[in-house]
Parts: sequence; C-alpha cells; structure tokens
Amino acid sequence: MAELKVVEGSYAVAHAVKACRPDVIAAYPITPQTHIAEDLSQLNADGELGNCEYITVESEFSALSTLIGASAAGARTYTSTASQGLALMHEVLFNASGMRLPIVMTVANRAMSAPLSIWNDQQDSIAQRDVGWIQLYAEDPQEAADMTPQAYKICEDRDVMTPAMICFDGFILTHVYEPVALLEEDLTDEFLLPFNPEHTLDPKNPETFGAFADPSIYTEFRYLQELGMREALKRIDSVAEEFEEIYGRYYGGLLDGYHLDDAEIVLVAMGSIIGTIKDVIDEVRRDGIKVGLLKIRSFRPFPLDAVRKALKNASIIVTLDKNISIGKYEGALCTETKAALYNTKLDKPVVGYMLGHGGRDIPKEIIKKIIDEAKKSMKDGITIESTYADLKEEFV
Amino acid sequence: MNQTTPTTQTLFAPGHRGCAGCCNAMAVKFVLRAIGSDCIVTAPTGCTEVFSTPYPESAWKVPWLHSLFDNIAAVSSGIESALKALGREGDTKVITIAGDGATVDIGLQALSGAFERGHNITYICIDNEAYMNTGVQRSSGTPYAASTTTSPPGKTSTGNPFGKKNVPEIMVAHGSPYVATTSVAYPKDVMRKVKKAVEIKGPTYVQIQAPCTTGWGFDTSLTVEIGKLAVKTGLWPLLEITNGELTGVHRIRKRLPVEDYLRTQRRYKHLFTTPEGKEIIKELQGMADRNAEHYELEL
Repeated sequence: MAELKVVEGSYAVAHAVKACRPDVIAAYPITPQTHIAEDLSQLNADGELGNCEYITVESEFSALSTLIGASAAGARTYTSTASQGLALMHEVLFNASGMRLPIVMTVANRAMSAPLSIWNDQQDSIAQRDVGWIQLYAEDPQEAADMTPQAYKICEDRDVMTPAMICFDGFILTHVYEPVALLEEDLTDEFLLPFNPEHTLDPKNPETFGAFADPSIYTEFRYLQELGMREALKRIDSVAEEFEEIYGRYYGGLLDGYHLDDAEIVLVAMGSIIGTIKDVIDEVRRDGIKVGLLKIRSFRPFPLDAVRKALKNASIIVTLDKNISIGKYEGALCTETKAALYNTKLDKPVVGYMLGHGGRDIPKEIIKKIIDEAKKSMKDGITIESTYADLKEEFV
Repeated sequence: MNQTTPTTQTLFAPGHRGCAGCCNAMAVKFVLRAIGSDCIVTAPTGCTEVFSTPYPESAWKVPWLHSLFDNIAAVSSGIESALKALGREGDTKVITIAGDGATVDIGLQALSGAFERGHNITYICIDNEAYMNTGVQRSSGTPYAASTTTSPPGKTSTGNPFGKKNVPEIMVAHGSPYVATTSVAYPKDVMRKVKKAVEIKGPTYVQIQAPCTTGWGFDTSLTVEIGKLAVKTGLWPLLEITNGELTGVHRIRKRLPVEDYLRTQRRYKHLFTTPEGKEIIKELQGMADRNAEHYELEL
C-alpha cells in the first residue's frame, strides 16, 4: 500500500503529471486558475521535470495551440485550464482532436461568465461536449491524479489517438487537502510507456499535417474520429484494470455503481457530488429505502450499453446535473440518460435535477429531499421532468 | 548559429492549385531553396495552405503542418520546444510561412507571445496586402486608399481609410535579433535574407511583399514587374534590422513616381477617375518621399 500524504488536490494532479514524464507543458492562468500550473512550475524550477519544456504562453488559446505543434512533433504534452480558458480554447479543441493529437488536459470545472463566478460547476466542460475529446470525470483528488496516466495510456493508443480532458471539480477538489497516495514514478514507468506516435513532423520523413478536406472526404475524417472514440470505450475499461494490477486502486472503468443491484431508485451523477450521494445512500438505506448510484466516469465516449445495463433493474432514475442547457431546462446527464433508454424496452421514468451551479453548496438534505420526491413519484408517477433543486424563488 | 544547406532541389512541388502568376508560390519556392530540406514548416489558414494541400495531395516535400488561422506562431513555439525536449534540436529549422491577415491581424497575439518568449523560430509573412483567399477583404496590412471588397471606393469612400500597420517595427520592438523586409520581385534578396534569418538564433521575422494578380488586379505576367515598381517608387523599402539597428537598405538608382506603380493595378483605379484621387496620389507620393528620406533609399 502506497504511503498517504496530505496534499492539495491540485498538487496531487501536478505530481501525477510529473510521474507521466511529459515533454512539453504549456499553461496560462485565465481567472480562475488552479495551483496545478504553479505546482508544475515549481517542480520544473526544482529540476524535477527532466527535459520537459515548460512554456508560459500568452493565452489559453495559445496554450493548446502550442501543444498541437509539440504533440505533432512527437512530444507528450499537458496543460490545465478551467471555464473561460476552456471556452477560449474552443476552436483549438476541435483542431487537436481532428488532427488526432493525444493531448491530456485537466479541467478544474468552474462556472461560466456572465455573471462572473469563479466557483464550481460543470458548465465549462459540458459546453465542450462535441469537440471530439474524451471526457473523464473524477470523484476525488486521488481519482483525478490516477486518471492522468490512465488518460495518456488511453489516448496515445494507436487505435484511439484522441485527446482527453480529465474533469475534476474546481475548488471542491482542486483546493481541498486530503490524504493522497502520490503516484510513484517507477510504477508509472511500468504502467505507461513513452509516447511513440506513428506520424511525426520529421525532416527525414516529411509528412503533411492538417490538409484541407473537400466534401468528398470530410465526413470520413469525422467518422474515423468516432471509431477512435469506440476504441476508447474499450480501452477505458481495460486500462482501469491494468492500473489496478500495478497500483492496486480501482474506480470502475467507464462507470461505477454503488448499491445498484437491488436499487429501485437510481441516482445518476458525476464528479465530487458522488461522495455526498454515497453518504446519503448509506443513511437512507438504514431506513430501508433501496437507493443506488450510477457514477459516470466517461461522459465522452458515452457508455451507452453499460448505462443501459446498469439501469435495467431501476424503477425510477434521477439525474443530478451541475450544468444546464438553457432553453431545454435540463442538464446533460438528464438528456443523455433519457436518450440511452429510448429505443429500448427499458421504459422507466427519468427525473432531472440541476443543482450546485456557480459553486452553490450541495448539502445532504437536498439529496435526501430528491430521494423522497423520487419515492413519491415511484408510487404516484412523475410530475416534473426536470427542475432546479436549489432555486431561490424569492430572487426570481 | 543554425547551419543551412541551400538547395536547388524542388521542395515545393509543381502541380499545386495556385493561380498563374501566383506570388505566394514564388515566395515559398525561394524560401525553401534558401533553407534546404532540414526544416519543419507551419502554416496558418490562407491561400497557400488551401492551394498546396487539398487532401490527399500535398505540394510540400518538407514536414508541414497547418493548424488554424489565428495560432500559428504558438504552434511553431510548441514544435521548437518539443524538438528541444526530445533532444532532436540539431540543425532543424522551425519556420512559419503565413499570409498577412494571419500575421498582422488575427494571429498577432500569438506572434507577439512567441517572440516575447524568444523561441528559435523564423516567421515569414508573405504580404499580399489583403485577405485574398476569402475574396480580397482588407487587412491591417492593406495600404492606404487601396480598394478591397471591404474597403471599396464609393460616394463617401476613397478606398481603405487606414494606413498599413508596421509589423516589422513591432517585431523589432519585441527584441528580435533580425527583422527584414523583402519582395518576391527580388529572389536573391529573399533568399539571402531568409537564409540569414534562419541562421540567427532566436525569433526572426521576414516580411515578403507579394503582388497578387487576383487581388491587386493586374495581368498574370506582371507579378515581378509590379513588385519592382513598389520598391523603385519607395513605397516598399527593402530593409534589414539587426538587433534593433538598421543594417541593410536596398538603394534605388532612380526613384520613380508612385503613379507609375499605382496605375498598374485595379485596386488603385479609382484614384485616377475622381478629383479626390489626385489628392490621395499626392499623399501616397508624400509617404514614398518620407520613406526615401528616412531610410536614405536613393543612391
């Protein structure tokens, strides 16, 4: 068993990045910044990052652009960002995935402006759903750190070659101090081989990157990205198992379940809210309420089959979203979960709750209230499809 | 110093889709001859990118990467850093070949960042003075009074109301060890300056004026002639600035009036048909005169 150290969540991730031996790191601190970039700067200043080039660029836009060049030249690359910075990268996100560059980026999930907020929700990464990046969501700092070598291993796979973002909740996880097993470099070297891409920018073997595609071929490039994501579906599961063999820690692959087997009410969620939900489940199960939890670890690729399988015994499904599609009045997990059940024989009620936006606290009482309402709906049928769980009517 | 091995080998293959008389194709050919094959080239979105790499074709016989319109200097920084980190630095040169729009407008921030950080890259701007790929819209590299599709002359307009942004000076202000201006009409000058730029360590900048037959409106046989007129009138001085000091000026034996240059192009046609045009020609002559005086252009 690895030794536990009390560190900040951001440090745990920075340390994991170091263990993965990146060649090029680029970072820019658009407010809100986390300490990941700063911790990596210090590790670099102390000579602990080997030959790694650490570039302090002039924008988040250039941070990812720099990594496009570096990755195409054959470097293992890393950056971290959040909210506004991620939004500024939007154009570059498509470019990185379209060019099949396996860049790994930590997203410290934060709310989008306006109104300006530096606090946590998941609107930033959810807004980047369709950019062709793998999106993994961590429950705690240990998982976010452990996802880092896993992400490299998944996305550098020659059949995947797709960039990945590791999403973990800003403040709640980035700034929390808790005991973490820091990633050992010798184990990481065993787990993660050096990046060895098939195509690189090399004068001895000149190749063209980023050609333009006319209508006769564009669709096929997009479809190949989809096939890369399908490979990622398989690799996310197998890499989680390989990780367990070497490090002895396992969090599930594409998803994880908690008391799912006999659950009548199943909550679907991702990120730091998982810990709170598990605590509530432990409490209400003592009162005989059969509640379970489906934790989504991989939002892209979305594990359709695994989700269907996990929900097949549920009587009612409740999604909890830290994001909203304004004009649809529901969060992304709600939409995805409903869509997963459609065209199947699983005709089950799905109720969506949105909560914890802009950093609003999620106390256990709210989860309990949601479970109570689900219990009622199980008996009387659902009365709402989706709603805010923590709206203050007096301000509306 | 980075060694170069100039070559007569064709590193930019014929058969691309550039227009007849294309200034960009000429510029790219000269640049690659000066540098040789040990380089990595990056390109923003633009004419050259589109006409040279329609999938699955590519005219590039050197490693080449196109990313976006607005980020290319950052991409080059990343390549340079990766070569360093991977111990593949050697003599491989990292070159950006970009158009004026991607350089002086939408990519200027990334360019500024890359030069401020001092990456060992050479940035070459092929300056055809407007957005030619998208249909001749004005850029901040478009000269005063030129007609473009977004600065057309009309009842209340005499063409582009703004002067050309002086990006070479901006790059000098970044502390670049070598900044030069040149023209496709002077191939030897282009090759000499590009070779120098890539051999000097640090971020270096070369702006190549490139008359565009389509955008400027002249016969496809006249690219070189018009490029020469820009230089001979004093409107486009060929300069070298080394460590902030003016170290090279292409002297003109007999300076020509700007009218000789303006008259050759459709983009200045309106200056010869309106009374305001006469005044503008005088203003443009004044600009050329000031250049001549400032840089001591005349022999």
